[in-house]
Amino acid sequence: MDQKFKRIAVENSDAIVQMWVEEINSLKDGNYTATISDELFESTNREFVNVIFTSITNQGSSKAVEDFSEKIINLGWPLSYITDGLQVFRRVTVDYILSQSSKVDSEFFSNVLESVDAWVEPLIRQLVNEYSGSWEHIVSLQRVALQELSAPLIPVMDKITIMPLIGTIDTERAKLIMENLLEGVIKHNSEVVLMDITGVPVVDTMVAHHIIQAAEAVRLIGSTCILVGIRPEIAQTIVNLGIDLGKFPTKSTLKKGFTSALEITNRKVVDLEKKAENIEKMIDSLQGE
Amino acid sequence: MKPQSCVNINKEWDIVGARQLGRDIAKKMGFGTVDQARIATAISELARNIYLYAEEGQICFEVIDNLPQRGMRMIAVDTGPGIKDIGQVMQDGFSTSGGLGAGLPGVKRLMDEFDLQSEASKGTRINAVKWLR
Ligand SMILES: Nc1ncnc2c1ncn2[C@@H]1O[C@H](COP(=O)(O)OP(=O)(O)OP(=O)(O)O)[C@@H](O)[C@H]1O
Ligand SMILES: [Mg+2]
Repeated sequence: MDQKFKRIAVENSDAIVQMWVEEINSLKDGNYTATISDELFESTNREFVNVIFTSITNQGSSKAVEDFSEKIINLGWPLSYITDGLQVFRRVTVDYILSQSSKVDSEFFSNVLESVDAWVEPLIRQLVNEYSGSWEHIVSLQRVALQELSAPLIPVMDKITIMPLIGTIDTERAKLIMENLLEGVIKHNSEVVLMDITGVPVVDTMVAHHIIQAAEAVRLIGSTCILVGIRPEIAQTIVNLGIDLGKFPTKSTLKKGFTSALEITNRKVVDLEKKAENIEKMIDSLQGE
Repeated sequence: MKPQSCVNINKEWDIVGARQLGRDIAKKMGFGTVDQARIATAISELARNIYLYAEEGQICFEVIDNLPQRGMRMIAVDTGPGIKDIGQVMQDGFSTSGGLGAGLPGVKRLMDEFDLQSEASKGTRINAVKWLR
């Protein structure tokens, strides 16, 4: 039975493909982004239906399926393109086989359904697995990338290091901040570390607690941690929470913090203009001779 | 009363989700930046307490629109272990997790109204309101 149905489907693939393409095209306007060009949409459809037929004829040619799902992911098309495509294929193929058969009783009908389901199901499973597996892979890569970004340490100049924090701090990131801070202070031999929280949206008790602990740990290894970039609304919520930041230095902006860091390390910024003026005067006096 | 919008708290990142929804509502209602930060911080405290001590629960938001008073209500509910001594947890510095113990008393100060109901082994329900001025 199954072989017979398969033969009908494969021998009449042109007719089935045409029915399939018509239905898929009608789905495009409603479901998928209108930005996909007709050309790309058509060529991808052709490839899709080829993949379906190859997979039916030589049962499980997984390479083609793998390549195709990868392509859909790279195009950024939704998973529903794949699932809709296979549902439509199932429907039109069942319709087609039924229309080619003279006597259709309920047993015959259920045989057709069973066969077509058995062709389509492994394909759905494989495509969906490929698709979601690839997303999981992307997400895990992004996790690593985010982690690398999450607590950067910049040795701006001798003895002074800056840690700019941007975005939400969860417990995992709070731990990283502490580790990187201590490691960096030792590695760069920093006397002062400026922790900039301008980009941290919410400073709650958990974040405050970790900042306090990090600053305390930095103090224990002989350096100073200055907390900078405390926005006015954050300052007010910290006070409302009843958290005492009085024990370690804070500054409203990175600029002010940097100036204190220079003072602590016995340095200051000198304007070059005055020097330039002096040189000009010198040249003038030389020319006067 | 206006319909509620709720966020389920099961994992740490749900805290961020709750905070974002709450901040959005506060912003739309016309709260200023300082009050938005207060509201977001209070949500963060309540959501984190659910995550830490009850493992799962819910934070719901309600817009209160009884002219002339407008405000935002947040309700944090869980069916966790509950709190035996409410007086104790409302003291600054009390913590069973090595935290600062500033969360609950902090939320009370950040918000205008605060009400904590809890029954041991049944769960905890906190209701807090910020009025729009
Ligand atoms: N939803 C809850 N269910 C059960 N116990 C709770 C709940 N919320 C708070 N508690 C208890 O109340 C104590 C005080 O809570 P509070 O938020 O004030 O401080 P904390 O969470 O310990 O530290 P933090 O300052 O970081 O918030 C907690 O240590 C915990 O024992
Ligand atoms: Mg807490």
